[in-house]
Order: sequence, then structure tokens, then C-alpha cells
Amino acid sequence: MWLTLLMVLPLVGSVVVAGLPKANEKLVKQVALATTLIVMGVTIAMAVGFERDNVELQFVEKYAWIPSFGINYALGIDGLALVLILMSTILAPVVVLAGWNEAHGGRWSVKTFYILILVLETMMIGVFAATDVFLFYVIFEAMLIPVYFLIGGYGTGERSATAVKFLIYSLFGGLLMLASIIALYVMSGAQGGHTFDLAALSSLEMSSTTQNFLFLGFFIAFAIKAPLWPLHTWLPDAAQSATPGTSVLLLGVLDKVGTFGMIRYCLSLFPEASKTFTPLILVLAVISIIYGAFLAIGQRDLKRLIAFTSISHFGFITMGIFAMTSQSQSGATLYMFNHGFSTAALFLVGGWMISRRGSSTIADFGGLQRVTPVMAWMFFLAGMSSLALPGLSSFVSEFLVLIGTFTRYPVHAIVATFGIVLAALYILIPVQKALHGPTTPGNEKLSDLNLRERVAIAPVIAIIVVLGFYPSPLLKVINPAASHVIAQFGFSDPVPSLNSGGK
Amino acid sequence: MTFTSPVLNYTLLSPMIILLAGALIGVLVEAFVSKALRPIVQLSVTIGTLVLSLAQVWRIRDEESTTAAMGSVVIDGPAILLQASILIISIISVFLIADTDHFTALAAALPGSDEELHAVRTGNQVTEIYPLTLFAISGMMLFPVSSDLITLFVALEMLSLPLYLMAGLSRRRRLASQEAALKYFLLGAFSSAFFLFGMAYLYGYSGSVTFAGIRESVVGGSGNDVLLLIGIAFVSIGLLFKVGAVPFHAWSPDVYQGAPTPVTGFMAAATKVAAFGAMLRIYYTVFANAEWSWSPLLSAIAIITMLFGSLVAIAQRDVKRMLAYSSIAHAGFLLAGVIALNKAGLEASIFYLFAYGVATVGAFAVVTLVRDSGGEVTDLNRWKGLGKRSPWVAATFAGFLLAFAGIPLTSGFIGKFSIFSAAYENGAKGVVIAGVLSSAVAAFFYIRVIVLMYFTDPIQDGTSVEIPSILTRTAVIFSIALTILLGIYPAPLLTMITNFSTFIR
Repeated sequence: MWLTLLMVLPLVGSVVVAGLPKANEKLVKQVALATTLIVMGVTIAMAVGFERDNVELQFVEKYAWIPSFGINYALGIDGLALVLILMSTILAPVVVLAGWNEAHGGRWSVKTFYILILVLETMMIGVFAATDVFLFYVIFEAMLIPVYFLIGGYGTGERSATAVKFLIYSLFGGLLMLASIIALYVMSGAQGGHTFDLAALSSLEMSSTTQNFLFLGFFIAFAIKAPLWPLHTWLPDAAQSATPGTSVLLLGVLDKVGTFGMIRYCLSLFPEASKTFTPLILVLAVISIIYGAFLAIGQRDLKRLIAFTSISHFGFITMGIFAMTSQSQSGATLYMFNHGFSTAALFLVGGWMISRRGSSTIADFGGLQRVTPVMAWMFFLAGMSSLALPGLSSFVSEFLVLIGTFTRYPVHAIVATFGIVLAALYILIPVQKALHGPTTPGNEKLSDLNLRERVAIAPVIAIIVVLGFYPSPLLKVINPAASHVIAQFGFSDPVPSLNSGGK
Repeated sequence: MTFTSPVLNYTLLSPMIILLAGALIGVLVEAFVSKALRPIVQLSVTIGTLVLSLAQVWRIRDEESTTAAMGSVVIDGPAILLQASILIISIISVFLIADTDHFTALAAALPGSDEELHAVRTGNQVTEIYPLTLFAISGMMLFPVSSDLITLFVALEMLSLPLYLMAGLSRRRRLASQEAALKYFLLGAFSSAFFLFGMAYLYGYSGSVTFAGIRESVVGGSGNDVLLLIGIAFVSIGLLFKVGAVPFHAWSPDVYQGAPTPVTGFMAAATKVAAFGAMLRIYYTVFANAEWSWSPLLSAIAIITMLFGSLVAIAQRDVKRMLAYSSIAHAGFLLAGVIALNKAGLEASIFYLFAYGVATVGAFAVVTLVRDSGGEVTDLNRWKGLGKRSPWVAATFAGFLLAFAGIPLTSGFIGKFSIFSAAYENGAKGVVIAGVLSSAVAAFFYIRVIVLMYFTDPIQDGTSVEIPSILTRTAVIFSIALTILLGIYPAPLLTMITNFSTFIR
């Protein structure tokens, strides 16, 4: 019942918020914060009870939902899902607290903003916990609606146009996936009864052509979500328009559904097709890494810059997933977790800078180090985490992905390594422009982070630093799950061969 | 020569007989009840009749015998479900029709004539719309249960003729309304002629007008196939016209726009149920064994209909026209259920028809609420910022649009999923792919309306949202509740449909 409880709690919170008076914005925010904190607490309590070495699904629940179609309300998590749920529920209160005032520029009331956030949190948990493909699809699509309203209603600039672009892109991918799901459903009916159970669907027999087509249906949906080049164009616009908090949830959590889906659905449902398409996908991933990095360097807008860095990072994650070694798998999963926090730090601190300065153009900042030292340091740390500085959490995951990939695909890994060099550029250039040098006129009076903001960013920075030095608690959860994925599909790690030179 | 009296089996016919009786009472009420009492008496009679008929449909669901009127009517499981759907949708529609503000005071008067002005001034509002509605509904009830061509044709005319009249009753923009009625009538007459022509060929092919007889010939396969093909083609044209499939759709945008909005909603929802009900019966029973001869063509029509409806809807600037093209697209989706030709397809189609019908009536109910001093405002540009002015009305309309778009957690999604999976099961992959793609296109224009309502600032031009009357409010709330309920927990209805839906051949 843990997972259902987790999903119900934010919904209850949203109902409570809906019942509060519109004028009392403070109370609305407090209730929303309390709800997300409770959800986080319950998640942590659940995580404590998680058996790390057990590779089977845990906390399993299953109830008939639409028996005529063999659809169940079925939940269950493995190490991968647990890590992502943990990340989502920790980020939620951070976003609420950090974005305390960001709902004020919206079209609608503050109350509506938090109702949307809480409903979204329910879906974020559900999408990772679902083990019934139909249930997953329903949440996958339904999630778009709150995000759509969050971008369109509370964003800045061309917010409604970007919201529509985001929605249409995602719906298109989702509908391709629906076609694949329908095909799976029909085939399951022909092979022993209609079902949407993930395990049962994985053992379906199908011709390799069918498998390839169905794989593409799923993969394109996920590649749009995760944004993989060339399906990424919605992301920079969305990130630029959305509020920082929404961007954190969008890039940090929702886009992870794409990479999560690649592991959970693409690999397990279509192992053969996954192998067939691996060369192509790896190339796309490497292009994403380099392309995202190059475009990030060229950005003048802080939010767009962060969005392009994410495209580069998602390239790493995708590469790790499809390199099919246990190290790259573990690395990719850990990367998803770490990326959530480093992007959150960048967006939140960046958001505070932008709201103080009233501009998101990097050139408008300058010399913040002197005026607002705490904020500047936080941004610097977040940036270092994004470029994967050793000692910070992203380094561990990026390193794992690269060495894991190198053992099987050395060329890809080497090219991808240039992404790290470019990362240093795309982070250090804005750091230099915004934080160092002479204080740009107009910036002298900016205020430093207040207590609320410090409290909000502290756990994020703490996680980045602690996991940088000591990632093993998380890796102990991830490794069994990752090895299980690899083993399940008949892959094995390539044995390192030593050149015994001279003998 | 001995004369055997026909066995009619009145119990099975009773729901339709009740409707006809109610309609006749309505005519008498129109003639004899005083002006002041007329609206309320008519409304009570109509609602009472519909509820009684619905109760009767429910009572006869387990009757032993299934044929009535000497085999010209079949009341089997799908028939019960379709009739019940038609009645439920009609009851909601009558709640909208009860708002007499939509209808011309005196339909017989020329637009703008002294007579009309006089009728308006003295408040002499005629209420013939009620009996007309009941006549149309009884035709719709008969259409999907007909089991021979003659009855089918009679039912077709019975449902069409009142609808032609009803389309012309709009109070405002009467000329457009009358033009719509005339257009509907003329094109409808054409399609009826095609239909009759096809009937004649089917008779020539099989020597029988009963479905069972024609089916026997099709199964036997001894007749002249050319006659069969011509027959199928022309009967299909008649039916495709009624459901508004491309290329027989040309009437629907104009008629949807011109007709009074409550009538449009009724027409869009209930006529579809009736026409698709009849179509399902004919294709699933009579023509089933000639699948090779109609399935490819019908698939092509389905694909063209979906894509055309979705694409052209993008260009619409009028909310009623947009809904008309959306209904064309939905006709394409529903054709996928006909092509499926399996039990899953039948169940899916019935679910889809009901879910779509309820959402359609609800959506048109919302359209009646957005007005300015001159009546309804259907220009989409003037719907800007509706979400700010009346959040609940906008939210409800958004809900219906999301259901049309097939977003999960609405009834539209369950309907689309079930109908596409049934079609896929029969190997109609092309139809499924076209369906999915046109759903993506369709989502675009539904969402555009949501953008207009929520993400653009209101313009001050006197557009306002009417406080809905209690009846309209009931209709809207019932429709949206059902739309969401069927999206979240459709299991009970789906189970019921599964238990009921097998055609008696």
C-alpha cells in the first residue's frame, strides 16, 4: 500500500488546497509545502524498507481496473524506480519552497498553481511506479495537462505558444506509443489472453519487423520526452518560458520519464529491436552530447543555456543506457538522479538571479560575486556539478557512463569525452560573465539569498556534495537493478583484455 | 386463401410505441393547451415519454423472443444498448431544447415579416419542437433495430424528416437556419434516393428484402455479384451520408452552423448513434460474408474521413463549424469499429457512440451559454479569455474538448483505445495508424480552443456567459460527470456492454 499511499497524499493535499480561501496565499503555500514534505518523509520511510539485493519488483500492488481489457491498477518498484521516485519527492518540496513567489506573475491564482503542482506530484510518482503498460500510458499522457497549464499559465514571454508546442510534441510521441501499445495488446490477446502486464508482455513472441516498428513507437515517444537530438526543439523554448520551479520539474523529473521508459519499456519489451537500433541511437546520443554542448556555449539567455546543457546530459544518459554494460547502466541511472539535482540547483539559483535582475540575459549580470556572494557561490557550485567536477556527484555518474561505454564502444566514448571539455566552456563562460569581473551598472543593489532561499537550496547542494564523495548508498540500490537489466537481455560485460606486451 | 394475423409482439415494440404516443399527445397539446401552460406541459410530456420509454427498454432486456413485427424488427443485446443510448442522449438534449429562446416564435412565418414580429411581441411561442423531437427519436430507435430493408427505409425517413424541419427553427439568423434546413433536406433526399436504389439492387440480387434473406444469398454466394456490389455501394452511400463521412459530408458544417444549437447537439449525437447502429447491424450481419468486397473501400473512406475532418477543422473560426468537422473526424474513427467486424469492434463502437454522444451534447450545451445581446456567439475569436470570465464554463468545455481529443482519463480515450485495438485485431493497421495520426492533428485544434479560452486576454465586446437555467446546468453537469467517470472507471459499463452485445442474425 506504500505506493498508493504516496500517490494519494499529494492528491489529498491538492483537495485541501482547493478548499482554502483564495486570498490566503500564505496558508495555501504552507499546506502545499507541508504536503510535499510529508510525501518526502513517507518516501524515505519506504526506501528504508526496500531490500537492496532483491532484483524483483517490490511493494507490489495489483487490482483489476478495467477487466474487459485486462487492465490492472498495478504498481511495483525496483531500484531504478525507487531512485527516481526518491528524486522526485525530494525535489517537490525544494521547488515549492524555492519558488515561494513564482506563482504571482501567473494568469490564475496562487492556489491553482499549487493544486497543479500537487496533482503533478501524484502523477510523477505513478508514472515511475506503474507496472501495467496501460496505466503507465494513461499517467504519461495525463501528466502533460498540469505541465501545460503550469507553463502556459505561470510562465513568462511567449508562454502560451511554448506550452502548445510542448503539448503537441509530447502528444504526438504519445500517440505513436499508443499505436504500439494497441499492437502489443492485440498480440497478447492472440497469445493467451489480453493483458497489459509488463512481465507478460515481455514474453510475447513477435517477428523482428513487428518488434522494430513497435520499438520505434515507444522509442520516439521517449526520445521526445528525454529530448534526444533531433527531437529536442521544444525543450529550450519550454524551459525559457516556464517558471524556474516548473523547469526543475520538467527537466529534472518529467524528462527522466523518457530515459526511464527506454530502460523499463524499450529494453524489456523489445530486446532484439533494441540491439538492432543501438548503433543508430548511440550516434544520436553522441550528437546530442556535442550539439547540446555547442549550442549551450552560444546561448545568451541563462535559461536556454541550462536547457541545452540538459540536452547534452541526456545524451550521456541515453548513451549509458544503450551501451549495455552494467557500469554504463548504473552510471546512467545515477546520472538521472544527479542530473535532477544539479539542474535543480542551476535553475533555482539562476531563477533567483533572473528575478532579482529582471532579465535573463547573461550579459546583464556581472560581478555578482562581490554583490551577492552566497548566491554567486551557489551558482558556481551548481555549475561545477553540471560540468562534472570530481568530488561532486555528477562526476561519478559521468565517469561510470564513459568507462562503461568505452569497454564496448570506445569510439563513441572518446567522442563523448569532448562533451566534458565543452561542458567546462559552457559553464565557465557564464560563470565568468555573470559572477566575476566588474559589477555591471544596475547590479549594485541586488540582494543576496534570504533565509528561505538558503534553506531551499541547502539540501540540493548537500546531496550534490555528499554523493560526490560517497555515492555508494545509492549505487547499492542501483547496481543490482542495473545488472539485472543487463543480464535479463542476454548481455554480458565485455571482458577487459590486457595486451601482454612483449611476451 | 386463409389469413393469418401477424404476430407483432407488442412488448418488444413498446418503447417505440410509447414514443409515438407521446409525440401524438404532444401534437394535441400544441393544439389545445393554452399558450401560457404549453411550454411546461410539452416539456413534461416529452421528458415523461422518454423516461417511460427508457424504463421499458430496460424491462425488455431479458425477453425470450427477440424478433417482433414478423421479423422486421430485432431486439437483441446491441439493440437494447443502442436504444438506451439514444434515449439517454435525447433526454439530455431535451433539457437544452427546453430553453425556448433558441427557437423561432412562429416557424411558419417569413423571416422578418409582420406576422413574425406580431408573434414575438405577443409572446406567442409555438412549441412544436417537442413532438418533432419525439418523432425523430422514434425513428432513431427503429433505425438500428430494423431487420428488413423496407422497415429500415421507413425508419430512415422517420428520423430524417423531423430533423430537416428542426434545423430550420432557429430564432436568430433565420435565413441561415432555413438555408441549412433546405440544404439538409435536398441532400438528404438525394441520399435517400441512393439508398432506395441500393435496396432495389439488393432485392434483385437476393430476391428478399429481409436481412436474413439477403444474408443467406451472400453466404450462399450463388447470386449475381455485380448486383450485390452495386447494392452494397448505394446502401452504404445512404448510410455514410447520415453519419457525415467524407465524401458525403458536405452538408454537415452548414447544417451544424445554421441549426439552433440544441438541435445541432441532438442531431450530432443521437443521429450518429442511430445511423452507426444501423450500419453496424447491416455490415456485421448482412454483409459480413462479403467483407472482401466492402472492407478495403470502407477502410479508405475511414482514413480519408479522419484525416480530412481533422485537417479542415484546423482552419475553422467558428466553434460550431469546428465541432462539425470534429464530428466528421469522429465518424472516421467510428468507421474503424465497423471495419473491425468482430465482437470487440461492436462493443467498442457502442461504447464510443455513447461516450461521444454524451460529450457532444454537453459541448453544444456550453456553446448555447456564450452569448451577447444578439444571441449566441460562435466566433471563436470572441471566446478569448473565457477562462477568466467564467472559469467553470471554460473548464467544462475544456473537459469535453480533451475527451474529443482522446486524452487519458476521459471517456474519449477509452473509446479510442478500444475501437482502434478492435480494428487492429482485424488487421486494419493502416486505419489504426491514420487514426492515431489524425488524433494528433485533431488534438491541435482542440487545444487551440483551450489556449483561446485560457491563455489570451478577454476582449471587451459584450460577449458574456449566460447564467445557465437549471435544466441546461443539469445537462452540462451530467455530461461532464459521465465523460470523466467513463474515463476513470469505465469497467461497469464495459462489462455490461460485453454481456449484451451479440447480434442476432
